[in-house]
Amino acid sequence: MCRANYSGGRRKSLPDFHRVFQDELMPFIPHTPEDTQAMLAACGVDSTEALFDEIPAHLRVRELDGVPPQLSEMQITRLMNQRATQDGMPLNFVGAGAYEHHIPAAVWQIATRGEFYSAYTPYQAEASQGTLQLIYEYQTMMASLMGLEVSNASLYDGASGLAEAVLMAGRANRKSKSLKVLLPESLHPYYRECVQAICALQGFELVSLPLRADTGTTDHAALQAHAGSDICAVVIPQPNLFGQLEDVDALTDWAAAQGALSIAVVNPTLAAVLKPPGAWGEAGVDIACGDGQPLGAPLSSGGPYYGFLCCKQKHVRQMPGRIVGRTVDLDGKPGYTLTLQAREQHIRRAKATSNICTNQGLVVTASTIYMSLLGPQGLANVATSCLERTRKLAQALCAIDGVERVYSGAYGHELALRLPRPAQPVLEALSARNIIGGFAPGRHYADMDDVLIVCATETKTDEDIAAYAAALKEVLA
Amino acid sequence: MSTAAEPLIFEHTSPGRYATAQAPAAQPLPEDIPAGLRREGAPLLPEVSELQVVRHYTRLSQQNFSIDTHFYPLGSCTMKYNPRACNSLAMLPEFLHRHPLALPDHSQGYLACMYELQETLKSVTGMKGVSLTPMAGAQGELAGVAMIHAYHAARGDTARTEIIVPDAAHGTNPATAIQCGMKVREIPTNAEGDVDFEALEAALGPQTAGIMLTNPSTLGVFERRIEEIAKKVHEAGGLLYYDGANLNAILGQVKPGAMGFDVIHMNLHKTFSTPHGGGGPGSGAVGVSARLEPFLPTPLVVKGGDGYRYADKDERPQSIGRLSAFMGNAGVLLRAYIYARMLGPEGMRRVGEFATLNANYLMTRLRERGFDLAFPGRRATHEFIVTLKRQKQELELTATDVAKRLLDHGFHAPTVYFPLLVPECLLIEPSETEERDVLDAFVEAMVAIWEEAKADIDKVKGAPYTMPVRRLDEVKAARELDLRWQPA
Repeated sequence: MCRANYSGGRRKSLPDFHRVFQDELMPFIPHTPEDTQAMLAACGVDSTEALFDEIPAHLRVRELDGVPPQLSEMQITRLMNQRATQDGMPLNFVGAGAYEHHIPAAVWQIATRGEFYSAYTPYQAEASQGTLQLIYEYQTMMASLMGLEVSNASLYDGASGLAEAVLMAGRANRKSKSLKVLLPESLHPYYRECVQAICALQGFELVSLPLRADTGTTDHAALQAHAGSDICAVVIPQPNLFGQLEDVDALTDWAAAQGALSIAVVNPTLAAVLKPPGAWGEAGVDIACGDGQPLGAPLSSGGPYYGFLCCKQKHVRQMPGRIVGRTVDLDGKPGYTLTLQAREQHIRRAKATSNICTNQGLVVTASTIYMSLLGPQGLANVATSCLERTRKLAQALCAIDGVERVYSGAYGHELALRLPRPAQPVLEALSARNIIGGFAPGRHYADMDDVLIVCATETKTDEDIAAYAAALKEVLA
Repeated sequence: MSTAAEPLIFEHTSPGRYATAQAPAAQPLPEDIPAGLRREGAPLLPEVSELQVVRHYTRLSQQNFSIDTHFYPLGSCTMKYNPRACNSLAMLPEFLHRHPLALPDHSQGYLACMYELQETLKSVTGMKGVSLTPMAGAQGELAGVAMIHAYHAARGDTARTEIIVPDAAHGTNPATAIQCGMKVREIPTNAEGDVDFEALEAALGPQTAGIMLTNPSTLGVFERRIEEIAKKVHEAGGLLYYDGANLNAILGQVKPGAMGFDVIHMNLHKTFSTPHGGGGPGSGAVGVSARLEPFLPTPLVVKGGDGYRYADKDERPQSIGRLSAFMGNAGVLLRAYIYARMLGPEGMRRVGEFATLNANYLMTRLRERGFDLAFPGRRATHEFIVTLKRQKQELELTATDVAKRLLDHGFHAPTVYFPLLVPECLLIEPSETEERDVLDAFVEAMVAIWEEAKADIDKVKGAPYTMPVRRLDEVKAARELDLRWQPA
């Protein structure tokens, strides 16, 4: 095929702009000129223009100046390879909400099979049993990983999922008349911003819980200021932004004693070895959420990931998002279908639990395959390896003059280090050495300009850690 | 399509088995983790080999309809071909490896794509600013209504608490307005499928924050008085929200900005052909007119002297804020960018043109064979509605029956029972990527089902017969909740 001498950009008269050039590339449109003519004739018109005759002519498009020129697959392949190469493959020692893990080759090879990749939401259950059974399996795995009774089919990501969990708590906590939610400062600042953006619209009052300077965890003494007041929910991150492990039992029990619902925000990899939210405190949390990215989704510049959301059975009707249930067909054969749809926008419209209609189906597909490959033993091995690698990293970096841990106490696969100088320029210098050295929280917290939060997962070798330590030493010298 | 029952993955379990090539060696938990914070008891994950996993999920995939395997004329969903290059190029190792917090020197390739995508979307919609962060259509709607709310609030115009929504709107529209703390006022549609103009005028007032419209509407017709509607709403002090669900119909043909809309969301998983993935991830990028530009959700990608970078809330203080941890479904945005580049300006125009041609052709063919159209006097846009009201009265043949029997003919069902105001409706959207033979075969299947219903309605009501399961007991599913497998 050759390109027509046609410029998509120039301002032209309407007929000129919309004329079909027979030798023009029409990517992914199969019509031959003969097809087009026959179809137009069937419609009783002589050009496609006639099909738009209900649209006022002066509204019709006459230029698409901002659209870059058309590329063939060969050309776009070259361009994208250049751009990918430009960004390179730096060594990642940053977590802060997105974690680099080994992803088995089978995960995305199967997830991107056309039958999963290009299927729609499973509204026609009989033609979607593959996706539906997979989601039922996912719900089983995720509920068990969190130690809770119910999981939905996923939400968009961890941060917006937490916002949905807060909205859900507002509906589910019938004892509380307030919309006051306690959000610890130790929670990721992007998560706090997202909850603010989404929940404040519905009148939620978000109250910050201060951070203890010694342990980097939520200050229990400060909780007492809220004792006896009407609180809708308390959010409990584990681990928190600084990698520190919160005293989750005490926080969960305190929330319960106040008549508030507890919402856990957890890392799902570490949940394989840390006490699951369903077992926190006397009775477990009400809702657990977080980002499912560590379970099989690549870093991919921040998405697509997925938000998981689990809860106690008694709250299931207040859950947002899709849920799959097992039932039987006309012949009594087991099958799977979307259920509890009476909560959802396409049925309840203005009275829905949420406006949400998609989940992150494809990423959940990948994640379900990932969890199946690793199993309980493999996932626990990944988690303990991350913990061990991060301790090795801490040891290597703290051996450098002026670098020390900011907080005492137990931590997960991330930790906060104090540097002898501001962290942001250090990160820039490391980046120039092909190392993404961590997350600098200084923009979001007072007196933390010299703090750097670092992370090591199972993907980091002794050599990688040594290379980072050497680079940091050089930068700080 | 495989119909053999596949056991649950848990039923393949042998204790102690796992894909040993995929995990590091076992080691003890570090001693500094307190006993009280350790997990007791393993989670219920499968214990299976790599081959078992591959076989199980490959088999499950074979129990799905998909675009790659079947025609999917699902109205309002734009199920068009998802080009393979978009997937393979978005999954180049460097793109997958890139951490969202990577610094600008490791981000210029990715950010260039995002910046150009913003510019492309501005151009095709005629809007002044675009934010890519919303992760689905419904989140784009949330962003849009939140911006309308913020705009009025910034002007001290706090009495504007009402969002007008036509009765034909997607369910997400009223649900979104409520989620943004607004009240919903519904207005009717007239017999021709246009907004009831008098009802709109009566609904407008100092309490009007805005109106949410889809154009072409969910009825598959173009709202002809859109400019007058825009004028009236603006005169009343309200803003116009464009639900971009049906953008495929007008891509390269009409710009929502030219119609007078102030804010729009685009479903990139529809118009820009990113995969639906069995229910996501989507992408609901938003575009705005100049007066809403300061309120766009963050981060945005901006171009400065030293390259591309993110602009965050600290430099955009009026922004409604962050809607995802990072910047939306980045990998989906990359796919949309690649698709846009493969279309170019010429291809963009052809999308709207041939989506419209296919819909009008299919509509004409079905009408010729005796099917009733909901709006027979109107052109189809990219979709149209067949109503089975007559077949229901004469034969007890319902939209569900036809939908289920179509599966046996190898076609995914159209959207059924939406919009709610047309009885026994089939909302049919063929998309531009289907060839004429497929459309003709679909018409024959529809005719065959109707003929079959005349001869043996019970046969049709028992459909489907060739799927892994027959019709499912949804009442049982909702009453006797079984949401996870539990070992016996």
